[in-house]
Amino acid sequence: MEISVRFFALYRERAGCRETTVSVSSNATVADLLVAVRERFPHLAPPEVKIVVAVNEEYAEPELALNPRDDICLIPPVSGGLFTPGGQDRL
Amino acid sequence: MSEMILITEQPLNPEEFTSRVRQDSNGAVVTFLGTTRDSFEGKRVIHLEYEAYEEMAYRKLEEICQELRAEFGVEDVAIAHRIGPVDIGQISLVVAVASPHRKEAFFACHEAVNRLKHIVPIWKKEVFEGGEHWVSCEDHEFHGHAGHAVSEPQPAPADND
Repeated sequence: MEISVRFFALYRERAGCRETTVSVSSNATVADLLVAVRERFPHLAPPEVKIVVAVNEEYAEPELALNPRDDICLIPPVSGGLFTPGGQDRL
Repeated sequence: MSEMILITEQPLNPEEFTSRVRQDSNGAVVTFLGTTRDSFEGKRVIHLEYEAYEEMAYRKLEEICQELRAEFGVEDVAIAHRIGPVDIGQISLVVAVASPHRKEAFFACHEAVNRLKHIVPIWKKEVFEGGEHWVSCEDHEFHGHAGHAVSEPQPAPADND
């Protein structure tokens, strides 16, 4: 399936665009999407950095399965460092 | 109950937000103003730029207001964030909290600012003499194999922009 992804701030500048479309398998998860996005944009972030993804305006776990109509955005670190209410320091 | 959330490119006037939370039942109003600083690690910052993922930022700010209500019983909250280019010494953030007694208002205001800085997708870029950087994105710098920083990667060709 084709998935649209939006970029903000640092990721927007490094990608050179606000939005792109990537092809992933029909049962793809957030983690699968990130593999495809990093392949297309290898300079988005160093390999050791985890990229945070928001799906439909909510921070998403890597295991979340995607739907072609989802609103998907890559979220660079915000000023205080990102955390999830569940207690994880960073997704 | 009075709640106001605003993300705007216009200058922020704190009075506009404190007046929203003032009620006859409240005896305290605590206001936090975030202002744009002129230095970063000894470098002179010329101006700043804020960028928001607005739909999600509004949703997350709304969540913070709900948390303040549930956890501290504070019902009168106004939060405003400026985005776009902002000169030095300007107000970029206003958080105004009112409550019947001061203790709850102080604490809730402090918590609101802390939570905002952690979960609301709004980013700050500092532009200084000879460079610029996105605040808190230091872990995204690329380093060469010998541990030397390498030049910033060039953006890929524009795509669907």
